[in-house]
Amino acid sequence: MRVSRTSRTVLGTITGIILATIYLPLIVVLINSFSTSKSLTWPPPGFTFAWWGKAFQSAGALGAILTSVQVAVVATIVSLVLGTLISLALQRYTFFGRDTVSLLVILPIALPGIITGIALNNAFRTILGIQLSILTVIIAHVTFCIVTVFNNVIARLRRMGTSLEEASADLGGGLWTTFRLVTFPQLRSALLAGGLLAFALSFDEIIVTTFTAGTGVTTLPIWILNNLFRPNQAPIVNVIAVVLVLVSIIPIYVAQRIAGSDVVQK
Amino acid sequence: MTTQSETRVRDGAGHRASVFLYSHVRVRLALLISAPLFWLGLVYIAALVALLVTAFWTVDSFTGEVRTDWTFDNIITVLTGSLYQSVTLRTLGMAVLVTIADIVIALPIAFFMAKVASAKWQRILVIAILMPLWASYLVKAYAWRSVLSNDGIFQWIVQPFGGTTPGYGIPGAVITLAYLWLPYVILPIYAGLERVPDSLLEASSDLGAGTWRTLRSIVLPLLWPAIVAGSIFSFSLTLGDYITINIVGGANQMLGNLVYTNVGAANNLPLASAIALIPIAIIFVYLAAVRRTGALNSL
Repeated sequence: MRVSRTSRTVLGTITGIILATIYLPLIVVLINSFSTSKSLTWPPPGFTFAWWGKAFQSAGALGAILTSVQVAVVATIVSLVLGTLISLALQRYTFFGRDTVSLLVILPIALPGIITGIALNNAFRTILGIQLSILTVIIAHVTFCIVTVFNNVIARLRRMGTSLEEASADLGGGLWTTFRLVTFPQLRSALLAGGLLAFALSFDEIIVTTFTAGTGVTTLPIWILNNLFRPNQAPIVNVIAVVLVLVSIIPIYVAQRIAGSDVVQK
Repeated sequence: MTTQSETRVRDGAGHRASVFLYSHVRVRLALLISAPLFWLGLVYIAALVALLVTAFWTVDSFTGEVRTDWTFDNIITVLTGSLYQSVTLRTLGMAVLVTIADIVIALPIAFFMAKVASAKWQRILVIAILMPLWASYLVKAYAWRSVLSNDGIFQWIVQPFGGTTPGYGIPGAVITLAYLWLPYVILPIYAGLERVPDSLLEASSDLGAGTWRTLRSIVLPLLWPAIVAGSIFSFSLTLGDYITINIVGGANQMLGNLVYTNVGAANNLPLASAIALIPIAIIFVYLAAVRRTGALNSL
Protein backbone atom coordinates (compact mmCIF):
# COMPACT_ATOMS: atom_id res chain seq x y z
CA MET A 1 0.00 0.00 0.00
CA ARG A 2 1.49 3.35 -1.02
CA VAL A 3 0.24 6.32 0.90
CA SER A 4 -0.52 8.95 -1.72
CA ARG A 5 0.69 12.54 -1.45
CA THR A 6 -2.82 13.78 -0.76
CA SER A 7 -3.38 11.24 2.03
CA ARG A 8 0.00 12.17 3.55
CA THR A 9 -0.95 15.84 3.59
CA VAL A 10 -4.40 15.12 5.01
CA LEU A 11 -2.98 12.83 7.73
CA GLY A 12 -0.28 15.38 8.55
CA THR A 13 -2.84 18.17 8.84
CA ILE A 14 -5.10 16.07 11.10
CA THR A 15 -2.09 15.21 13.28
CA GLY A 16 -1.18 18.90 13.50
CA ILE A 17 -4.70 19.92 14.49
CA ILE A 18 -4.92 17.18 17.15
CA LEU A 19 -1.56 18.18 18.62
CA ALA A 20 -2.60 21.84 18.68
CA THR A 21 -5.77 20.85 20.55
CA ILE A 22 -3.73 18.74 22.99
CA TYR A 23 -1.49 21.67 23.82
CA LEU A 24 -4.11 24.44 23.78
CA PRO A 25 -5.33 23.89 27.39
CA LEU A 26 -1.73 23.63 28.65
CA ILE A 27 -0.83 26.93 26.97
CA VAL A 28 -3.94 28.54 28.44
CA VAL A 29 -2.73 27.44 31.89
CA LEU A 30 0.70 28.93 31.21
CA ILE A 31 -0.73 32.27 30.08
CA ASN A 32 -3.28 32.37 32.90
CA SER A 33 -0.47 31.99 35.44
CA PHE A 34 0.59 35.53 34.43
CA SER A 35 -2.96 36.91 34.23
CA THR A 36 -4.26 39.58 36.61
CA SER A 37 -7.71 37.98 36.43
CA LYS A 38 -8.61 35.61 39.27
CA SER A 39 -11.54 34.09 37.40
CA LEU A 40 -9.43 33.13 34.35
CA THR A 41 -11.19 35.37 31.81
CA TRP A 42 -9.94 35.32 28.22
CA PRO A 43 -8.16 37.26 26.84
CA PRO A 44 -6.23 38.07 30.05
CA PRO A 45 -6.86 41.65 31.18
CA GLY A 46 -3.29 42.26 32.40
CA PHE A 47 0.14 40.82 33.12
CA THR A 48 1.59 40.07 36.56
CA PHE A 49 4.33 38.03 38.23
CA ALA A 50 2.47 38.13 41.57
CA TRP A 51 1.20 34.51 41.46
CA TRP A 52 4.66 33.15 40.72
CA GLY A 53 6.05 34.98 43.77
CA LYS A 54 3.20 33.77 46.00
CA ALA A 55 3.42 30.17 44.77
CA PHE A 56 7.02 29.77 45.91
CA GLN A 57 6.07 31.02 49.38
CA SER A 58 2.97 28.84 49.70
CA ALA A 59 3.76 26.53 52.63
CA GLY A 60 0.76 24.35 51.82
CA ALA A 61 1.90 23.70 48.26
CA LEU A 62 5.53 23.03 49.20
CA GLY A 63 4.53 20.66 52.02
CA ALA A 64 2.18 18.82 49.66
CA ILE A 65 4.95 18.40 47.08
CA LEU A 66 7.21 16.92 49.78
CA THR A 67 4.49 14.46 50.87
CA SER A 68 3.87 13.43 47.25
CA VAL A 69 7.57 12.85 46.64
CA GLN A 70 7.84 10.68 49.78
CA VAL A 71 4.84 8.57 48.80
CA ALA A 72 5.98 8.23 45.17
CA VAL A 73 9.58 7.28 46.09
CA VAL A 74 8.58 4.52 48.52
CA ALA A 75 5.78 3.22 46.26
CA THR A 76 8.16 3.13 43.29
CA ILE A 77 10.87 1.20 45.16
CA VAL A 78 8.43 -1.42 46.50
CA SER A 79 6.73 -1.84 43.12
CA LEU A 80 10.10 -2.18 41.37
CA VAL A 81 10.95 -5.16 43.59
CA LEU A 82 7.53 -6.81 43.40
CA GLY A 83 7.09 -6.08 39.69
CA THR A 84 10.47 -7.61 38.80
CA LEU A 85 9.79 -10.74 40.88
CA ILE A 86 6.41 -11.38 39.30
CA SER A 87 7.69 -10.69 35.76
CA LEU A 88 10.48 -13.25 36.24
CA ALA A 89 8.00 -15.80 37.59
CA LEU A 90 5.47 -15.29 34.79
CA GLN A 91 7.97 -15.09 31.93
CA ARG A 92 10.43 -17.84 32.90
CA TYR A 93 8.13 -20.49 34.39
CA THR A 94 4.96 -22.26 33.35
CA PHE A 95 2.63 -23.21 36.13
CA PHE A 96 -1.02 -23.83 36.91
CA GLY A 97 -2.97 -20.56 37.11
CA ARG A 98 -0.40 -18.46 35.28
CA ASP A 99 -3.06 -16.72 33.19
CA THR A 100 -5.03 -15.91 36.33
CA VAL A 101 -1.97 -14.39 37.98
CA SER A 102 -1.24 -12.21 34.94
CA LEU A 103 -4.85 -11.04 34.94
CA LEU A 104 -4.46 -10.30 38.66
CA VAL A 105 -1.50 -8.02 37.96
CA ILE A 106 -3.33 -5.87 35.40
CA LEU A 107 -6.63 -5.82 37.33
CA PRO A 108 -5.72 -2.71 39.40
CA ILE A 109 -5.49 -0.61 36.21
CA ALA A 110 -8.29 -2.39 34.37
CA LEU A 111 -10.75 -1.69 37.17
CA PRO A 112 -11.72 1.97 37.67
CA GLY A 113 -9.69 3.80 40.33
CA ILE A 114 -12.75 4.40 42.45
CA ILE A 115 -13.18 0.62 42.87
CA THR A 116 -9.60 0.20 44.08
CA GLY A 117 -10.11 3.24 46.28
CA ILE A 118 -13.31 2.19 47.98
CA ALA A 119 -12.21 -1.46 48.25
CA LEU A 120 -9.03 -0.48 50.12
CA ASN A 121 -10.83 2.18 52.17
CA ASN A 122 -13.37 -0.44 53.25
CA ALA A 123 -10.68 -3.05 53.93
CA PHE A 124 -8.58 -0.70 56.06
CA ARG A 125 -11.38 0.95 58.01
CA THR A 126 -14.22 -1.55 58.31
CA ILE A 127 -12.46 -4.91 58.07
CA LEU A 128 -9.02 -4.31 59.62
CA GLY A 129 -9.85 -1.26 61.73
CA ILE A 130 -6.65 0.58 60.73
CA GLN A 131 -6.43 4.38 60.81
CA LEU A 132 -5.83 5.89 57.37
CA SER A 133 -2.36 7.42 57.14
CA ILE A 134 0.49 8.02 54.72
CA LEU A 135 1.25 4.28 54.96
CA THR A 136 -2.17 3.29 53.64
CA VAL A 137 -1.65 5.67 50.69
CA ILE A 138 1.68 3.99 49.90
CA ILE A 139 0.15 0.49 50.11
CA ALA A 140 -2.63 1.59 47.73
CA HIS A 141 -0.20 3.18 45.28
CA VAL A 142 2.06 0.11 45.14
CA THR A 143 -0.95 -1.98 44.13
CA PHE A 144 -1.44 -0.10 40.86
CA CYS A 145 2.24 0.81 40.30
CA ILE A 146 3.32 -2.86 40.10
CA VAL A 147 1.73 -3.16 36.68
CA THR A 148 3.81 -0.39 35.04
CA VAL A 149 7.04 -2.06 36.20
CA PHE A 150 5.64 -5.46 35.19
CA ASN A 151 4.79 -4.29 31.66
CA ASN A 152 8.28 -2.90 31.04
CA VAL A 153 10.22 -5.76 32.61
CA ILE A 154 8.23 -8.60 31.04
CA ALA A 155 8.57 -7.03 27.57
CA ARG A 156 12.35 -6.86 28.10
CA LEU A 157 12.51 -10.46 29.38
CA ARG A 158 10.62 -11.67 26.31
CA ARG A 159 13.04 -9.91 23.98
CA MET A 160 16.25 -10.92 25.73
CA GLY A 161 15.71 -14.70 25.78
CA THR A 162 17.61 -17.04 28.07
CA SER A 163 20.76 -17.84 26.08
CA LEU A 164 23.05 -15.45 27.98
CA GLU A 165 21.78 -16.72 31.32
CA GLU A 166 22.34 -20.31 30.21
CA ALA A 167 25.86 -19.42 29.08
CA SER A 168 26.53 -17.91 32.51
CA ALA A 169 25.26 -21.06 34.23
CA ASP A 170 27.41 -23.24 31.94
CA LEU A 171 30.43 -21.17 32.93
CA GLY A 172 29.70 -21.90 36.58
CA GLY A 173 27.81 -18.77 37.59
CA GLY A 174 25.34 -19.48 40.41
CA LEU A 175 21.79 -18.17 40.33
CA TRP A 176 22.63 -15.01 42.27
CA THR A 177 25.81 -14.30 40.29
CA THR A 178 23.96 -14.79 37.02
CA PHE A 179 21.20 -12.44 38.09
CA ARG A 180 23.65 -9.80 39.33
CA LEU A 181 26.06 -9.90 36.38
CA VAL A 182 23.90 -11.04 33.46
CA THR A 183 20.16 -10.55 33.99
CA PHE A 184 20.12 -7.30 35.96
CA PRO A 185 22.35 -5.26 33.63
CA GLN A 186 20.04 -6.19 30.75
CA LEU A 187 16.97 -5.21 32.77
CA ARG A 188 18.37 -1.93 34.07
CA SER A 189 16.89 0.42 31.45
CA ALA A 190 13.51 -1.35 31.54
CA LEU A 191 13.51 -0.93 35.33
CA LEU A 192 14.28 2.78 34.96
CA ALA A 193 11.50 3.31 32.42
CA GLY A 194 9.02 1.34 34.57
CA GLY A 195 10.16 3.13 37.71
CA LEU A 196 9.73 6.56 36.11
CA LEU A 197 6.20 5.68 35.00
CA ALA A 198 5.36 4.30 38.44
CA PHE A 199 6.68 7.50 40.04
CA ALA A 200 4.64 9.70 37.68
CA LEU A 201 1.53 7.60 38.22
CA SER A 202 1.83 7.78 42.00
CA PHE A 203 2.71 11.50 42.00
CA ASP A 204 -0.42 12.40 40.01
CA GLU A 205 -2.95 9.94 41.45
CA ILE A 206 -5.98 11.55 43.08
CA ILE A 207 -8.91 9.10 43.16
CA VAL A 208 -7.41 6.17 45.06
CA THR A 209 -5.47 8.68 47.17
CA THR A 210 -8.64 10.49 48.28
CA PHE A 211 -10.04 7.23 49.63
CA THR A 212 -6.89 6.01 51.38
CA ALA A 213 -5.29 9.19 52.78
CA GLY A 214 -5.82 10.05 56.42
CA THR A 215 -7.02 13.52 57.40
CA GLY A 216 -3.49 14.83 57.99
CA VAL A 217 -2.05 13.53 54.73
CA THR A 218 -2.08 16.10 51.91
CA THR A 219 -0.44 14.96 48.69
CA LEU A 220 -0.06 17.52 45.89
CA PRO A 221 -3.17 16.40 43.94
CA ILE A 222 -5.23 16.59 47.14
CA TRP A 223 -3.87 20.09 47.80
CA ILE A 224 -4.66 21.14 44.23
CA LEU A 225 -8.21 19.78 44.47
CA ASN A 226 -8.74 21.62 47.78
CA ASN A 227 -7.53 24.92 46.31
CA LEU A 228 -8.93 24.70 42.78
CA PHE A 229 -12.16 26.51 43.57
CA ARG A 230 -10.74 29.16 45.91
CA PRO A 231 -10.50 32.45 43.97
CA ASN A 232 -7.26 33.54 45.66
CA GLN A 233 -5.57 30.15 45.26
CA ALA A 234 -6.59 29.15 41.71
CA PRO A 235 -3.87 31.28 40.01
CA ILE A 236 -1.26 29.70 42.33
CA VAL A 237 -2.50 26.29 41.19
CA ASN A 238 -1.82 27.45 37.63
CA VAL A 239 1.77 28.30 38.54
CA ILE A 240 2.32 24.91 40.22
CA ALA A 241 0.90 23.21 37.13
CA VAL A 242 3.29 25.05 34.82
CA VAL A 243 6.26 24.19 37.07
CA LEU A 244 5.23 20.50 37.09
CA VAL A 245 5.03 20.35 33.29
CA LEU A 246 8.44 22.03 32.99
CA VAL A 247 9.98 19.68 35.59
CA SER A 248 8.46 16.67 33.78
CA ILE A 249 10.68 17.41 30.79
CA ILE A 250 13.63 15.97 32.78
CA PRO A 251 12.21 12.43 33.22
CA ILE A 252 10.90 12.40 29.64
CA TYR A 253 14.34 13.40 28.39
CA VAL A 254 15.99 10.71 30.54
CA ALA A 255 13.49 8.08 29.34
CA GLN A 256 14.10 9.01 25.71
CA ARG A 257 17.88 8.87 26.22
CA ILE A 258 17.52 5.37 27.65
CA ALA A 259 15.29 4.31 24.76
CA GLY A 260 17.83 5.79 22.34
CA SER A 261 20.82 4.03 23.93
CA ASP A 262 18.93 0.74 23.82
CA VAL A 263 18.55 1.05 20.07
CA VAL A 264 22.28 1.71 19.74
CA GLN A 265 23.12 -1.33 21.90
CA LYS A 266 21.07 -3.60 19.67
CA MET B 1 45.43 -18.63 44.09
CA THR B 2 42.27 -18.75 42.03
CA THR B 3 41.65 -22.36 42.90
CA GLN B 4 41.74 -21.54 46.61
CA SER B 5 39.18 -18.74 46.40
CA GLU B 6 37.06 -20.79 44.05
CA THR B 7 37.04 -23.71 46.42
CA ARG B 8 35.97 -21.39 49.20
CA VAL B 9 33.13 -19.99 47.10
CA ARG B 10 32.02 -23.41 45.96
CA ASP B 11 31.83 -24.74 49.48
CA GLY B 12 29.94 -21.69 50.80
CA ALA B 13 26.33 -21.77 51.92
CA GLY B 14 25.45 -19.43 49.07
CA HIS B 15 26.71 -21.91 46.54
CA ARG B 16 24.90 -24.80 48.14
CA ALA B 17 21.67 -22.76 48.15
CA SER B 18 22.25 -21.93 44.50
CA VAL B 19 22.76 -25.58 43.57
CA PHE B 20 19.70 -26.61 45.56
CA LEU B 21 17.54 -23.95 43.89
CA TYR B 22 18.89 -24.80 40.47
CA SER B 23 17.64 -28.35 40.77
CA HIS B 24 14.36 -27.43 42.46
CA VAL B 25 12.38 -25.38 39.95
CA ARG B 26 9.23 -25.24 42.07
CA VAL B 27 11.10 -23.78 45.06
CA ARG B 28 12.66 -21.16 42.83
CA LEU B 29 9.25 -20.23 41.43
CA ALA B 30 7.74 -20.11 44.90
CA LEU B 31 10.46 -17.74 46.11
CA LEU B 32 9.89 -15.43 43.15
CA ILE B 33 6.14 -15.35 43.21
CA SER B 34 5.23 -15.49 46.90
CA ALA B 35 5.95 -11.83 47.79
CA PRO B 36 4.08 -10.19 44.88
CA LEU B 37 1.26 -12.71 45.10
CA PHE B 38 1.02 -12.14 48.84
CA TRP B 39 0.72 -8.39 48.21
CA LEU B 40 -1.81 -8.55 45.38
CA GLY B 41 -3.80 -11.34 46.98
CA LEU B 42 -3.81 -10.03 50.52
CA VAL B 43 -4.13 -6.33 49.80
CA TYR B 44 -6.12 -6.24 46.60
CA ILE B 45 -8.18 -9.40 46.14
CA ALA B 46 -9.04 -9.61 49.83
CA ALA B 47 -10.17 -5.97 49.66
CA LEU B 48 -12.33 -6.65 46.61
CA VAL B 49 -13.92 -9.68 48.27
CA ALA B 50 -14.49 -7.64 51.43
CA LEU B 51 -16.18 -4.99 49.30
CA LEU B 52 -18.53 -7.61 47.90
CA VAL B 53 -19.32 -8.83 51.40
CA THR B 54 -19.82 -5.31 52.79
CA ALA B 55 -22.51 -4.69 50.17
CA PHE B 56 -24.66 -7.20 52.09
CA TRP B 57 -24.21 -5.47 55.45
CA THR B 58 -26.00 -2.49 56.91
CA VAL B 59 -25.36 0.74 58.79
CA ASP B 60 -26.65 1.41 62.30
CA SER B 61 -28.76 4.53 61.87
CA PHE B 62 -27.91 5.76 65.41
CA THR B 63 -24.17 5.22 65.68
CA GLY B 64 -23.34 5.36 61.96
CA GLU B 65 -21.20 2.22 62.41
CA VAL B 66 -21.27 -0.66 59.96
CA ARG B 67 -23.28 -3.58 61.38
CA THR B 68 -22.72 -7.10 60.09
CA ASP B 69 -26.41 -7.92 59.68
CA TRP B 70 -26.92 -9.71 56.39
CA THR B 71 -29.39 -8.06 54.06
CA PHE B 72 -30.18 -7.74 50.35
CA ASP B 73 -31.55 -4.21 50.88
CA ASN B 74 -28.57 -2.38 49.36
CA ILE B 75 -28.49 -4.55 46.27
CA ILE B 76 -32.26 -4.17 45.80
CA THR B 77 -32.02 -0.38 46.28
CA VAL B 78 -29.27 -0.13 43.68
CA LEU B 79 -30.99 -2.40 41.16
CA THR B 80 -34.46 -0.84 41.42
CA GLY B 81 -33.81 2.81 42.33
CA SER B 82 -34.50 5.09 39.37
CA LEU B 83 -31.58 7.36 40.40
CA TYR B 84 -29.12 4.48 40.16
CA GLN B 85 -30.53 3.28 36.85
CA SER B 86 -30.35 6.69 35.19
CA VAL B 87 -26.87 7.44 36.55
CA THR B 88 -25.64 4.00 35.41
CA LEU B 89 -27.00 4.59 31.90
CA ARG B 90 -25.51 8.09 31.78
CA THR B 91 -22.09 6.86 32.96
CA LEU B 92 -22.11 3.93 30.54
CA GLY B 93 -23.18 6.19 27.66
CA MET B 94 -20.40 8.65 28.45
CA ALA B 95 -17.81 5.86 28.68
CA VAL B 96 -18.85 4.54 25.25
CA LEU B 97 -18.85 8.04 23.71
CA VAL B 98 -15.44 8.93 25.16
CA THR B 99 -13.99 5.62 23.97
CA ILE B 100 -15.33 5.99 20.41
CA ALA B 101 -14.14 9.61 20.21
CA ASP B 102 -10.67 8.64 21.42
CA ILE B 103 -10.34 5.75 18.94
CA VAL B 104 -11.53 7.92 16.03
CA ILE B 105 -9.00 10.65 16.96
CA ALA B 106 -6.20 8.19 17.75
CA LEU B 107 -6.34 6.17 14.49
CA PRO B 108 -5.18 8.87 12.02
CA ILE B 109 -2.52 10.33 14.33
CA ALA B 110 -1.17 6.85 15.20
CA PHE B 111 -1.13 5.91 11.53
CA PHE B 112 0.73 9.10 10.63
CA MET B 113 3.27 8.46 13.40
CA ALA B 114 3.87 4.79 12.55
CA LYS B 115 3.68 4.70 8.75
CA VAL B 116 4.18 8.20 7.32
CA ALA B 117 6.46 10.26 9.57
CA SER B 118 10.26 9.96 9.30
CA ALA B 119 12.20 8.31 12.15
CA LYS B 120 13.14 11.69 13.59
CA TRP B 121 9.57 13.03 13.49
CA GLN B 122 8.32 9.77 14.94
CA ARG B 123 10.41 10.34 18.08
CA ILE B 124 9.35 13.97 18.34
CA LEU B 125 5.68 13.01 18.03
CA VAL B 126 5.97 10.27 20.67
CA ILE B 127 7.45 12.84 23.09
CA ALA B 128 4.72 15.33 22.15
CA ILE B 129 2.05 12.74 22.97
CA LEU B 130 3.75 11.61 26.19
CA MET B 131 4.41 15.07 27.62
CA PRO B 132 0.80 15.99 28.54
CA LEU B 133 0.61 12.71 30.50
CA TRP B 134 3.04 14.22 33.00
CA ALA B 135 0.93 17.33 33.50
CA SER B 136 -1.38 16.81 36.44
CA TYR B 137 -4.77 15.26 35.69
CA LEU B 138 -6.46 17.88 37.87
CA VAL B 139 -4.72 20.76 36.17
CA LYS B 140 -5.75 19.52 32.74
CA ALA B 141 -9.38 19.15 33.83
CA TYR B 142 -9.17 22.61 35.38
CA ALA B 143 -7.62 23.99 32.18
CA TRP B 144 -10.69 22.77 30.31
CA ARG B 145 -12.85 24.50 32.90
CA SER B 146 -11.24 27.80 31.95
CA VAL B 147 -11.26 26.93 28.22
CA LEU B 148 -14.99 26.12 28.28
CA SER B 149 -16.12 28.94 30.57
CA ASN B 150 -18.45 31.66 29.25
CA ASP B 151 -15.62 34.15 28.92
CA GLY B 152 -13.00 31.52 28.10
CA ILE B 153 -10.89 30.93 25.00
CA PHE B 154 -13.37 28.50 23.37
CA GLN B 155 -16.08 31.16 23.34
CA TRP B 156 -13.50 33.72 22.16
CA ILE B 157 -12.53 31.50 19.18
CA VAL B 158 -16.00 30.39 18.04
CA GLN B 159 -17.93 33.60 18.72
CA PRO B 160 -16.88 35.30 15.43
CA PHE B 161 -18.39 32.30 13.61
CA GLY B 162 -21.64 32.51 15.54
CA GLY B 163 -20.88 29.56 17.86
CA THR B 164 -21.09 29.32 21.64
CA THR B 165 -19.13 27.27 24.16
CA PRO B 166 -20.85 24.05 25.31
CA GLY B 167 -20.23 25.34 28.84
CA TYR B 168 -20.32 23.01 31.83
CA GLY B 169 -22.41 19.87 31.34
CA ILE B 170 -22.32 16.40 29.81
CA PRO B 171 -20.79 17.55 26.45
CA GLY B 172 -18.06 19.48 28.29
CA ALA B 173 -17.35 16.45 30.49
CA VAL B 174 -17.16 14.11 27.48
CA ILE B 175 -14.73 16.48 25.70
CA THR B 176 -12.55 16.78 28.80
CA LEU B 177 -12.52 13.04 29.52
CA ALA B 178 -11.72 12.22 25.89
CA TYR B 179 -8.88 14.74 26.11
CA LEU B 180 -7.54 13.26 29.35
CA TRP B 181 -7.42 9.64 28.16
CA LEU B 182 -6.36 10.29 24.55
CA PRO B 183 -2.63 9.51 25.06
CA TYR B 184 -3.54 6.17 26.70
CA VAL B 185 -5.44 5.25 23.53
CA ILE B 186 -2.93 6.64 21.00
CA LEU B 187 0.10 4.81 22.46
CA PRO B 188 -1.18 1.18 22.25
CA ILE B 189 -2.62 1.80 18.76
CA TYR B 190 0.68 3.34 17.65
CA ALA B 191 2.61 0.38 19.09
CA GLY B 192 0.19 -1.98 17.34
CA LEU B 193 0.67 -0.23 13.99
CA GLU B 194 4.45 -0.38 14.45
CA ARG B 195 4.12 -4.18 14.64
CA VAL B 196 2.25 -4.35 11.30
CA PRO B 197 5.04 -5.11 8.79
CA ASP B 198 5.27 -2.81 5.78
CA SER B 199 5.87 -5.87 3.58
CA LEU B 200 2.28 -7.05 4.19
CA LEU B 201 0.93 -3.68 3.06
CA GLU B 202 3.09 -3.82 -0.06
CA ALA B 203 2.02 -7.40 -0.80
CA SER B 204 -1.61 -6.33 -0.48
CA SER B 205 -1.18 -3.49 -2.94
CA ASP B 206 0.84 -5.72 -5.32
CA LEU B 207 -2.12 -8.08 -5.33
CA GLY B 208 -4.31 -5.22 -6.47
CA ALA B 209 -5.94 -4.00 -3.26
CA GLY B 210 -6.68 -0.29 -2.97
CA THR B 211 -5.93 1.79 0.13
CA TRP B 212 -9.31 1.14 1.78
CA ARG B 213 -9.25 -2.58 0.99
CA THR B 214 -5.76 -2.86 2.54
CA LEU B 215 -6.80 -0.91 5.63
CA ARG B 216 -9.94 -3.00 6.08
CA SER B 217 -8.58 -6.47 5.28
CA ILE B 218 -4.95 -6.24 6.49
CA VAL B 219 -4.41 -3.39 8.93
CA LEU B 220 -7.64 -3.51 10.92
CA PRO B 221 -7.57 -7.25 11.80
CA LEU B 222 -3.92 -6.98 12.90
CA LEU B 223 -4.57 -3.77 14.80
CA TRP B 224 -7.75 -4.91 16.55
CA PRO B 225 -6.12 -6.17 19.79
CA ALA B 226 -4.27 -2.86 20.16
CA ILE B 227 -7.46 -0.85 19.62
CA VAL B 228 -9.26 -2.96 22.21
CA ALA B 229 -6.34 -2.55 24.65
CA GLY B 230 -6.56 1.22 24.27
CA SER B 231 -10.33 1.12 24.72
CA ILE B 232 -9.97 -0.66 28.07
CA PHE B 233 -8.17 2.41 29.43
CA SER B 234 -10.61 5.06 28.20
CA PHE B 235 -13.65 2.94 29.07
CA SER B 236 -12.53 1.97 32.55
CA LEU B 237 -11.11 5.38 33.46
CA THR B 238 -14.35 7.11 32.40
CA LEU B 239 -16.48 4.57 34.22
CA GLY B 240 -14.82 5.37 37.55
CA ASP B 241 -14.33 9.10 37.21
CA TYR B 242 -16.08 11.50 39.53
CA ILE B 243 -13.71 14.48 39.69
CA THR B 244 -13.81 15.70 36.07
CA ILE B 245 -17.60 15.75 36.14
CA ASN B 246 -17.39 17.96 39.26
CA ILE B 247 -15.04 20.36 37.52
CA VAL B 248 -16.66 20.68 34.07
CA GLY B 249 -19.92 18.69 34.29
CA GLY B 250 -22.15 21.18 36.07
CA ALA B 251 -24.59 19.49 38.46
CA ASN B 252 -24.52 16.11 36.67
CA GLN B 253 -23.53 12.98 38.54
CA MET B 254 -21.73 9.80 37.52
CA LEU B 255 -21.54 6.46 39.35
CA GLY B 256 -18.33 7.60 41.00
CA ASN B 257 -20.11 10.58 42.58
CA LEU B 258 -22.74 8.30 44.14
CA VAL B 259 -20.01 6.07 45.58
CA TYR B 260 -18.05 9.08 46.84
CA THR B 261 -21.07 10.69 48.55
CA ASN B 262 -21.97 7.46 50.29
CA VAL B 263 -18.43 6.89 51.57
CA GLY B 264 -18.01 10.47 52.75
CA ALA B 265 -20.99 12.67 53.52
CA ALA B 266 -23.67 9.97 53.82
CA ASN B 267 -21.29 7.58 55.64
CA ASN B 268 -22.98 4.49 54.23
CA LEU B 269 -20.17 2.14 53.20
CA PRO B 270 -22.47 -0.85 52.54
CA LEU B 271 -24.57 1.15 50.06
CA ALA B 272 -21.41 2.61 48.47
CA SER B 273 -20.07 -0.95 48.08
CA ALA B 274 -23.32 -2.06 46.44
CA ILE B 275 -23.10 0.86 43.97
CA ALA B 276 -19.44 0.05 43.28
CA LEU B 277 -20.48 -3.45 42.18
CA ILE B 278 -22.11 -1.91 39.07
CA PRO B 279 -18.88 -0.71 37.40
CA ILE B 280 -17.11 -3.91 38.55
CA ALA B 281 -19.78 -6.00 36.81
CA ILE B 282 -19.61 -3.84 33.66
CA ILE B 283 -15.81 -4.04 33.48
CA PHE B 284 -15.78 -7.82 34.01
CA VAL B 285 -18.31 -8.28 31.21
CA TYR B 286 -16.15 -6.04 29.02
CA LEU B 287 -12.91 -7.87 29.90
CA ALA B 288 -14.56 -11.26 29.32
CA ALA B 289 -15.83 -10.05 25.93
CA VAL B 290 -12.43 -8.80 24.78
CA ARG B 291 -10.32 -11.54 26.33
CA ARG B 292 -10.36 -13.66 23.18
CA THR B 293 -8.95 -10.84 21.05
CA GLY B 294 -5.64 -11.12 22.91
CA ALA B 295 -5.94 -7.47 23.93
CA LEU B 296 -4.99 -8.18 27.54
CA ASN B 297 -1.49 -9.11 26.39
CA SER B 298 -1.02 -5.81 24.59
CA LEU B 299 -1.92 -3.61 27.56
